[in-house]
Amino acid sequence: MTAVVTVEHLRKAYGPVMAVDDISFAVEEGEIFGVLGPNGAGKTTTVECLQGLRHADSGTLRVLGLDPQTQGRELRGRVGSQLQESALPDRIRVWEALDLFASLTPGAADWRLLLEQWGLAGKRKASFASLSGGQRQRLFVALALVNEPQVVFLDEMTTGLDPAARRVAWELVEAIRARGTTVVLVTHFMDEAERLCDRLAIVDRGRVVAAGTPQGLIDLHAPQVLVRFSSAAADLDFLYRVPGVEAVTRRGERVEVAGTGPVLALVAATLVERGLIPTDLRAERATLEEVFLRLTSRSPGEEVV
Amino acid sequence: MTTLRKMVAVELKLFLREPLTVVFALALPLITLFVLGGVFGNIPDPEFYAGAGAMDFYTPAYIGLVLASIGVVSLPAHLAGNRERGVLRRFRASWVPAAVVVGAEAVVSLLIALVSGVVLVACAMLLYDVNPPQSALLLVPAFALSALAFSAIGVMLGSLIPTARAAQAAGMLFWFVMLFLGGAGPPPEVLTGVLQALRHAIPLTYVVGLLQGPWLGSGWSWVDAGIVAGIGVVAGLVTIRFFKWE
Repeated sequence: MTAVVTVEHLRKAYGPVMAVDDISFAVEEGEIFGVLGPNGAGKTTTVECLQGLRHADSGTLRVLGLDPQTQGRELRGRVGSQLQESALPDRIRVWEALDLFASLTPGAADWRLLLEQWGLAGKRKASFASLSGGQRQRLFVALALVNEPQVVFLDEMTTGLDPAARRVAWELVEAIRARGTTVVLVTHFMDEAERLCDRLAIVDRGRVVAAGTPQGLIDLHAPQVLVRFSSAAADLDFLYRVPGVEAVTRRGERVEVAGTGPVLALVAATLVERGLIPTDLRAERATLEEVFLRLTSRSPGEEVV
Repeated sequence: MTTLRKMVAVELKLFLREPLTVVFALALPLITLFVLGGVFGNIPDPEFYAGAGAMDFYTPAYIGLVLASIGVVSLPAHLAGNRERGVLRRFRASWVPAAVVVGAEAVVSLLIALVSGVVLVACAMLLYDVNPPQSALLLVPAFALSALAFSAIGVMLGSLIPTARAAQAAGMLFWFVMLFLGGAGPPPEVLTGVLQALRHAIPLTYVVGLLQGPWLGSGWSWVDAGIVAGIGVVAGLVTIRFFKWE
């Protein structure tokens, strides 16, 4: 795999406010890479620097081998982007927007095909104002792809969408990757990052506090598993002898076994051995949200591996 | 170049789809023409309008008024609205050059002004027997210079004023002051004291002077031309310094 985007020790301040303190990560070709963090963590500043829209104070940035600070013009033809809080004029029609943005890049994709691909053919002559949230999102994706980019930056693309439209937007992101385009996804939604990203960097207060695959981060930072089942058995203390089990609590017939590692399989085996075969045995794993809350609630000076 | 052409085409369509700007740029000067033309007619009166017929005097002034309405009402509201709503941000993300965004506005203003001006002059000549310009040849550069200056004022205001609502409010204020004091309202001869001083402080006065010269036969005014060009250059420089995408 080759890195298509690299960020090394990026630093950017707005006057006295440190937006990005020290951010480094690399995005590999063909993956969906997430930049996850609370509002104000420095995510947007980072991607804006990567697109050459802002000048970094220090650090080394490379996108497709180009330096966004000095080769922005070249970069333009090869990346696509959807910035947060951006819009089109109310009265512009769908085809006019695509035609206009296509004219920016010589040899751009045929926007008529994009209309078809992104389900906008029926809305060709509709004005931007008349589009639903989901349709606008599809138009923005089509606009971001009109120059046949190798990398697209999507900043908070699902903010403000209803749950159904968010799911549609997620499918769009996966469809972008399916055509071979690398995606850099900026979001503050944990479920979105967990569902979509191959790898991600969690950013807080201008620093990367953790990076890896969603599952890898969960295993490392929130390895707890909670196994739940119902049982009328009087004595369940034998469960403490199962490797990895840390606590057994019960409330009436409902039992909760907390632990780490493959506790679900081991607890299940032990129960069956004892002739206890609950029908509602299930495990709850931590989600990215727990990792996120754990990592981002630390004090700023504390180092996180 | 292709992008500028497409942007002009799109902006032109957007302009025509926006009722406020169409009313201000195309309809209002015509209404003013009908009302004042009906009141004053075109019989020369030696006491007013430097001895010219009222409508001979007002027709070039209304052309100036069209330019002013584009420059202080339509353009700033449009540009500020696009910034406020994130349209400029979207353009910037796709690397639309600032020169294309601003340049397209200027070109569209010129085109609208030209159409509006021609309609206005045609109506004035047909309805009120307004005399054709004494020097059509000098009228062309006078019009071009004036249109450029007001385009520059428009993009400057659009760059300085943060929101569309503020731009509309400020634009209306400027426009009415210009309407009454800039030579398209009461005859300059009746303005006294503060009003006369204000008259000399607004750009439209010089634009009207520049347009009336070739029209009424007093020729090209280098003073007015210099002032109008100066205003345009200053507005352009302010735009370059203060233009903001977001």
